[in-house]
Amino acid sequence: MAAAEGSGAGETLFPGLADMSISQDIPVEGEITVPVGSNSPDEDYSTLDEPVKDTIMRDLKAVGKKFVHVMYPRKSSALLRDWDLWGPLVLCVALALMLQGGSADSKDDGGPQFAEVFVIIWFGAVVITLNSKLLGGTISFFQSLCVLGYCVMPLTVAMLVCRLVLLAGGGTVSFIIRLIVVGAMFAWSTLASTAFLADSQPPNRKALVVYPIFLFYFVISWMILTFTPQ
Amino acid sequence: MAAPGAAGGGRSGVPAAEWGGFEDNMQGGGSAVIDMENMDDTSGSSFEDMGEMHQRMKEEEEEADGEAGAGEEEDGEFLGMKGLRGQLGRQVADQMWQVGKRQASRAFSLYANIDILRPYFDVEPVQVRARLLESMIPVKMINFPQKIAGELYGPLMLVFTLVAILLHGMKTSDTIIREGTLMGTAIGTCFGYWLGVSSFMYFLAYLCNAQITMVQMLSLLGYGLFGHCITLLVTYNIHFHSLFYIFWLVVGGLSTLRMVAVLVSRTVGHTQRLILCGTLAALHMLFLLYLHFAYHKVVEGILDTLEGPNMPPFQRVARDIPVVSNAVLNTTAKAIALTL
Repeated sequence: MAAAEGSGAGETLFPGLADMSISQDIPVEGEITVPVGSNSPDEDYSTLDEPVKDTIMRDLKAVGKKFVHVMYPRKSSALLRDWDLWGPLVLCVALALMLQGGSADSKDDGGPQFAEVFVIIWFGAVVITLNSKLLGGTISFFQSLCVLGYCVMPLTVAMLVCRLVLLAGGGTVSFIIRLIVVGAMFAWSTLASTAFLADSQPPNRKALVVYPIFLFYFVISWMILTFTPQ
Repeated sequence: MAAPGAAGGGRSGVPAAEWGGFEDNMQGGGSAVIDMENMDDTSGSSFEDMGEMHQRMKEEEEEADGEAGAGEEEDGEFLGMKGLRGQLGRQVADQMWQVGKRQASRAFSLYANIDILRPYFDVEPVQVRARLLESMIPVKMINFPQKIAGELYGPLMLVFTLVAILLHGMKTSDTIIREGTLMGTAIGTCFGYWLGVSSFMYFLAYLCNAQITMVQMLSLLGYGLFGHCITLLVTYNIHFHSLFYIFWLVVGGLSTLRMVAVLVSRTVGHTQRLILCGTLAALHMLFLLYLHFAYHKVVEGILDTLEGPNMPPFQRVARDIPVVSNAVLNTTAKAIALTL
């Protein structure tokens, strides 16, 4: 048979192991080279050789493009197609840092605030994603997380504005300004994420998906509005 | 019959012995009845051996360039019909191994799949709205079992809404929680109530022989939280004690009556009905009371979640007590705190 002939052909690859019986003693030979020079250059371009600046700039541009999509929520699929979680992470950390140290009278209360915001945002996003999947949505898990995370951006801007307004001093006027700003940004966030997420649902169930998103951004807006620095 | 037999014998050494044995059997009895006691038990009886057998059989197939595959299939069919010592045992063990593997992967994909919850989320918005309104209307007919919708979307959303309202209440009452977080406490309280009391009531229902499933219990209790949400939303913003008591009795009472009526319709026997409904009514109303008073405006004192008994008890002062007694209470508390 072929195997017996192969082993008896005098190919002494492993002379010391010739008496060991191995089921397949077909010698391995060939070339381990990848054919270079493909016909579509930008598909097979090896990103391992490019300078680090190019890699970073490409990722930053992708993140920036998604921010622009959130600012002007049109029905484009770019946000959904190439999802990434860099933007949500940056926004979440920025928001949590800015919300830290508010309404506490001892130094050890600064810790839980950061973890609280972080956990709320990620846990809330996971729950909304699971809910929309269970209601029959066609969007994938990470795409939904990506959209919800990016749509926190208007609320981060609102937090920034609130902090600046509070620097000028507290009082009824500043509270009204903050209320208006936070309210507008909350509406913007909800509308932006609804524009992306509700399309993936059957048409008569959009309200069921929108409500948890509304609740989620409401809780974040509430945390921003009731923030009072020491 | 002889030709495949000879070919099989020439291909690999193992079936050859069995072929010989088969002929012996035929010569011995001449009947097609398989004597299972004489089966060769040592070949391929354990699943680990089966894996090795499988691998070796695959390799033998590849060596012989595919003819062995066809031949073994023939052998397999042939053997499946008549059976040989060892060969049949090996085939059976092989099939069992494959079936077991398939079942294990199916079980894993079944339980690790969120689709298991999908039927409980199959609702329309109008249905949810209808059920929310119905949860405040007690049913009149308790002679035959009332229908409970086994859905989880409405209750889950109500629990989250309650968490949000609780957070609002805690913030406006300036509750400060050390060694914990506001959000953690709110989520823990609401989910703990929903899941814990549901399980406890389900256990009681099992003891009292009530016709209710766990999902239905979760759904019933969840929709009962609608009354809590309304009450707390109003009374966290308008701080009047009398208003709270009116809401507690009316709104809380209505939703309790509805749950109680549904449970009564599904239970037989006076004692059982009494136990079940009394427990549910007590827990439901007390929870609303707790939610209101635990996050009432705290005038003096800090809620220490992990502190021992050394701290003085926190002072909860109602709004309608005059300022004088308020000051007296505060100074007393401060004095006690200083002495400890």
